[in-house]
Amino acid sequence: MGDLDAFDLRKTLARSPQSVAVWVALAALILFGLLRYDNFGGAYNITSFLNYNSMFIVISVGMCFVIMTGGIDLSVGSVAAFTSVIAAYLSPYGIEVALPGAVLAGIGFGAINAISIIALRIPPFIATLATMLGAKGSALVISGAQTISVDWGSNFTKMGMEQALNILPWSIVVVGGVVVALWFVLEKTSLGRTVLAIGGGADASVLMGLKVNRATAFVYLLSGGCAGLAGVILASGFGAGQPLEGIGWELSAIASVVVGGTLLTGGLGSVTATVAGALLLGLVFNILNFENGRGTISFSAYWQMVIRGGFLFAVILFQARVMSGKATREAKA
Amino acid sequence: MSTQETELPTEIKPFDWRAALRRNGGLVALAVILLFNILVTPNFLQMQTLFVNISQVATIAIVAMGMTLVIATGGIDLSVGAIMALAGALAPLIFLSEFGRAYPALGLTTAIVVPLLAAIACGLFNGILVANLKVQPIIATLILFISGRGIAQVLTNGNLQTFSNPSFSYLGTGKILGLPFQGWLALAIACVLFLVMTRTTFGRYVLAIGGNERAAELAGGPVKRVKIGVYMICGVLSGLAGLIVVAINSASDAARNGNLMELDAIAAAVVGGALLQGGRAPIFGAILGAVIIQLVKYTLLANGVEDEVALIAKAVIILAAVYVQQARKE
Repeated sequence: MGDLDAFDLRKTLARSPQSVAVWVALAALILFGLLRYDNFGGAYNITSFLNYNSMFIVISVGMCFVIMTGGIDLSVGSVAAFTSVIAAYLSPYGIEVALPGAVLAGIGFGAINAISIIALRIPPFIATLATMLGAKGSALVISGAQTISVDWGSNFTKMGMEQALNILPWSIVVVGGVVVALWFVLEKTSLGRTVLAIGGGADASVLMGLKVNRATAFVYLLSGGCAGLAGVILASGFGAGQPLEGIGWELSAIASVVVGGTLLTGGLGSVTATVAGALLLGLVFNILNFENGRGTISFSAYWQMVIRGGFLFAVILFQARVMSGKATREAKA
Repeated sequence: MSTQETELPTEIKPFDWRAALRRNGGLVALAVILLFNILVTPNFLQMQTLFVNISQVATIAIVAMGMTLVIATGGIDLSVGAIMALAGALAPLIFLSEFGRAYPALGLTTAIVVPLLAAIACGLFNGILVANLKVQPIIATLILFISGRGIAQVLTNGNLQTFSNPSFSYLGTGKILGLPFQGWLALAIACVLFLVMTRTTFGRYVLAIGGNERAAELAGGPVKRVKIGVYMICGVLSGLAGLIVVAINSASDAARNGNLMELDAIAAAVVGGALLQGGRAPIFGAILGAVIIQLVKYTLLANGVEDEVALIAKAVIILAAVYVQQARKE
């Protein structure tokens, strides 16, 4: 992955200085953590950090594609909650059944979004807000509003609890594979170009003869599928399907995407910078946890939501300034 | 029902039933739900049912009217539920404090004024992000959507605050002419907003911005101030609704107060005839929409449908309402 990152980094450097800023901030935060806390670089912290954040990385990358088209997907949290229940129910058949089953369920909700947005021409945020409700309701119905314990006898919990070759958690390996594949789709395929073109201007893209509907459908199916995968990791990592999880995940994902320099108006974006954004947001919480542990601060769980919002606010301010700066420069030129 | 802005198309011939349905979809839906309830729901035609529904619908209607103004400018406010939670958390904190106990009258006033000011501040925050920093309304209001409730929970440490304060509870349990106080309050707000929208330049600008923001700006309109204004109005109305919910329950639960209210409010506004693209502000339509949303909830509940299934039903209603609106635009 190192080679790919370096390769992409050079391109993103030219395209968007914000992406570089994210990598720098990430490196600085890691350095800070390593110097300040004893166990920060320990195997346990790294493993649990990657395990937990693999969920946010994958939904952020899915969200990145949606936002690049100028859309939004508010349903990812509820869909992940729903698919975690599906995965728990399928867990006795092993990961090879539960994983595709849950991802398909996620894609199913993505299909509902795509149909609402493309065929019924409902604005994305309303369509996905409705799906958010629908998925939440469905998750509660099929689980009876209870957490659903997974089958510990099968290989299902390997995904969220064990490491491949005793090095990296399986969850991050799978998510890493998805990230690489999606990086390829965005940078190297006409589908990826079309996604960016839609965000640049949907009408113009249609006139250019691009397959706009197909690409739009793709991003929502993808986002649903990514949420499905996050649901599998959730169920596998915590040993249970969790119908009430996922609240505020869409905000985390949007924040990660925006931190990575993807424009909320669409037309510009990067998969790798989004991953960096997700890691950065995760790291902020990781470091806050360590500070809590040292007793320098005492944050209740409720602060998490405030900080997430504050983080998004800071990034939006930053992006707004960059954009207005760019606009004035262009106006002068 | 209250005054309706559109009149029944009695003279259209040949009868275009699809256009008629679109124009009066809200009233038709209301009639269908009422008929269904009269036939199916036990004990529907009783004073008690009316009372319960009015006391519940008032909060939805109040928020939906604010949402209607925001939508009229082409915006959206996802933070209304969180603002309700914040205002609802602040009020008991104030009148249960030592200061509030020592000076009950002053404490009560502060307990109403300060949460409303906080709600206005939230609206100001949203408005500045949208108007001055040009952040899309969905994203701008998403910040408070999550962190507003977080702040409310931090303030109360996540605890349920229960209280017994008859004067404050009047907001949610008082009666005028045998009907809930908040119902009259909602009606009064509707009348004021209706006058504002039809008789003032502010109202004209709200519609002008939604119709064509660039044109409104070129015409020298105070676009930014008007936009900030609608978010502040939406904020203060949400705060008021939050206070009413707390007053009804004699308890404040920051986790639940106003939860999913943004959906109810958007649905009510859209069902009432607001266009998501902006340019229309049917204030009494928002009340009609709120009544429909409330009656759907009540119907499902009274007929023993589980809450979870009701969520799915609500999702379908929202999609259907927006779809019908979209079709009308084209």
